[in-house]
Amino acid sequence: MMGEALPNKKSIEPLWWGLFSAGGVVAAFLVPIHIVLLGLAVPLGWISDAPDIFGHWFVKVYLFVFIAMPLYHWAHRFYFTLSDIGLKSFRKPISFLTYGGAMMGTVITAWILLRL
Amino acid sequence: MPEPTITLNVSRYRPPDERVPTSQVYTIPYRPDWVVLDALNYIKDQVDGSLSFRWSCRMGVCGSCGMMINGEAKLTCSVFLRDYHPREILVEPLENFPVIKDLVIDMSDFLDKLKIVKPWIIRETEKPTSEGEYLQTPEEMDAYMGFSACINCLLCYAACPIFGVETDFIGPAALALGYRYNQDSRDEGSNMRWNVINDHHGTWQCTFVGECSVVCPKDVDPAAAIQRLKVDTAKHWIRSVLLPWGKRA
Repeated sequence: MMGEALPNKKSIEPLWWGLFSAGGVVAAFLVPIHIVLLGLAVPLGWISDAPDIFGHWFVKVYLFVFIAMPLYHWAHRFYFTLSDIGLKSFRKPISFLTYGGAMMGTVITAWILLRL
Repeated sequence: MPEPTITLNVSRYRPPDERVPTSQVYTIPYRPDWVVLDALNYIKDQVDGSLSFRWSCRMGVCGSCGMMINGEAKLTCSVFLRDYHPREILVEPLENFPVIKDLVIDMSDFLDKLKIVKPWIIRETEKPTSEGEYLQTPEEMDAYMGFSACINCLLCYAACPIFGVETDFIGPAALALGYRYNQDSRDEGSNMRWNVINDHHGTWQCTFVGECSVVCPKDVDPAAAIQRLKVDTAKHWIRSVLLPWGKRA
């Protein structure tokens, strides 16, 4: 019957891949900009630091995405690397450490940003 | 001046007499205009008729002469001896597959995988012939044309490190063909392919190493097809979670 085999909703692999993919975009496009800004421009005095902006909600949302998303990129890549090099039988603890670590990082990031 | 020669180190496996593959060295006349397949046919015809290998068209169309040449997955009809001479050429059966004899691999696992992605046009209802062809615009044809050139030569499976460790992985060629038919405006069967594509052994096992696209002799780019399938499947998933009551076409 047509339409019988729709995406398996129980599989959450599309979610992890979606986060991995979004994290990859953030890591590739935004991280280099921040390396230049925070690693070169501010220390060398090209621009001045502006600590006040961290109180603004827009900056907080931006920083949340900037920090949390690449954690999922790392988690997914690291999980697959470890299982591909032969640690397949430890899949469960590895996924707990990688994806769990990323979720923990997300919570800590949100907590720190809310306290700023 | 003596006639120039070239040495081929060829993998042999002759069960039940041999329990493990061995190798045999053949030194034959060197001709710069010969491809590796010509050299194998020279061996078969003039030196050792017991050597077994698959081949048919000699022109990169049939996809049956794929082998590992110096460790790289190649169509033997498309690699010239002159690219290796005077070095020795190592000829082995395609990696990641069971070997039946010498250079002949068992491809039945791939044929099963090919079948489950349903690489053919599926229609809910067929139009009667009297109504004419299913017309496509050039844009609609471009959407799948590049992915339709697959000749099932299996070089992509031999080059894929994921398939090497996870034999259940549906693999590059079969997934690319699934994508090719999903993209075809005449096809209405993408819902029937989703379970296979969205499975752990489907697109999600691919980690985008990209070697499949490097070795593909027809420039099919299976790696791109699989990444696009991931995007499509992720979109479906988000839609099915956010709008569980909606149409998920």
